[in-house]
Amino acid sequence: MERFLIELARIAKFIGKTIRHFFTSFEPRETLNQCFVIGYRSLFLIGFTAFIAGIVFTKQSRPSLASFGAESWLPSLVSQAVVRSLGPLITGLICAGKLGSNIGAELGSMKVSEQIDAMEVSGTRPFGYLVVTRVLATTLMLPVLVVFADVIALLGSYMMVNMINNSSFLLYFNEVSVSITYLDIFSSLIKSAFFGFAIGVISCYAGYHTSGGTSGVGKAANTSVVVSMIFIFVIDLVSIQFLNLFR
Amino acid sequence: MLHREAHKDSAIPHSEDKRVVKVRNLQKSFNEKLVLKDVSFDLYEGENLVVLGRSGTGKSVTIKCLVGLIRADAGEINVLGYDVPRLGVTDLNELRKQVGFSFQGSALYDSMTVRENLEFPLKRNLGINNQGELDDRIMTALEDVGLTHAVDQMPAELSGGMKKRIGIARTLILQPKIMLYDEPTSGLDPITSQEINDLIVGVRDKYNTASIIITHDIASARETGDRIVVLIDGVSALEGTFEELRHTKNPELEAFFSYNFC
Repeated sequence: MERFLIELARIAKFIGKTIRHFFTSFEPRETLNQCFVIGYRSLFLIGFTAFIAGIVFTKQSRPSLASFGAESWLPSLVSQAVVRSLGPLITGLICAGKLGSNIGAELGSMKVSEQIDAMEVSGTRPFGYLVVTRVLATTLMLPVLVVFADVIALLGSYMMVNMINNSSFLLYFNEVSVSITYLDIFSSLIKSAFFGFAIGVISCYAGYHTSGGTSGVGKAANTSVVVSMIFIFVIDLVSIQFLNLFR
Repeated sequence: MLHREAHKDSAIPHSEDKRVVKVRNLQKSFNEKLVLKDVSFDLYEGENLVVLGRSGTGKSVTIKCLVGLIRADAGEINVLGYDVPRLGVTDLNELRKQVGFSFQGSALYDSMTVRENLEFPLKRNLGINNQGELDDRIMTALEDVGLTHAVDQMPAELSGGMKKRIGIARTLILQPKIMLYDEPTSGLDPITSQEINDLIVGVRDKYNTASIIITHDIASARETGDRIVVLIDGVSALEGTFEELRHTKNPELEAFFSYNFC
């Protein structure tokens, strides 16, 4: 327990240092580069999984609604589920796996091969260059990826509905737009920004404090993924409790 | 490539105003284990000082303390007039820009080409963004280490000796006043080691750079050092020229010499 609290205090200090360096040593070019690496290169994986999730969720929800004669509510159910929870959660978990392991291993191997020390002793301020840029990129890109995942998941859902009922595209997305509120979209984006921040901070922290050679690098990658996933569920839980106050 | 000239006469007395590093009674422990017990030495302008000792005696810890990579527990460290243990982040960065550090494993940025490795400190520390000026400086640094042909290669494509030389070029490009070499010849064959030794001496002769060379290689110490400090169990126990130390009656040192020259 004591070790856990000490680690939490260190992470809090790391977050403070990240925010401080954001104002003192912001690196726009490297941040853009990281946004490209983190955002653009995740599009296929996010799109692919979101498309399948949309199909599966629609296929599994339809029989239950049909038994109550409420099949017409399917677009409404799917869109609310996707925008409020499924889209951010799937995107968050996939990014925790893909980006968390990537950042943790990359910074970890830089640490054990003294590349970070080399930057440090040449006075090039590696924290701003390596950490702040990655945390900013994950925080900014997660909401973008969530919007992308939502759209693709709804397209997958429509494809499933269309295969069964041959329903119109406009009718389906009209139902979707009616059932989603601005609060749903806004809260989903804010929540996913927190997911991105958590993934960035935890992965950078694990990588930046790697020790113990190559096994340490593996441990850093593993810690990044596992702890990021736990934090994603905790943030999701807290956000639901918070949003219920406004609904 | 830089070539060595005749060694400077280390018997020349050093004056206080030419001192660039002063270390007194340095102590450092890790998890209750006292690694540095009492380390003291001075380094003067244009001098190559070798810190010699067995593995685990705290040689690398000593030079990492000089640039604030490791915080010393006690003792005085003065580098180029900076009181290192009491430096804030800004002053520490200013000091670090004047001190080059060549790592044991070279520490090249493996996601960048050789050119990008050398550009990185120029762009970030000196704010140089003119491609012509960058290319000039890069090619000069690579000429110094004899590796102009490797400019567009990735670190993974280089041999151990080439990596060491590129690592040295990356630190030289900022024209530091002091160079710190951490085990520059470890893991290299005798011929490549000799090339690195020549390079270290060549850097001193061309740029009048003061250097500290950490090594456990007696041959390298003889080739590069104007003066040698011997660390035994975390204490700077002996100091002198190579010849002076070679004739010193000390069991540990005698074993060291006899093993290296048997």
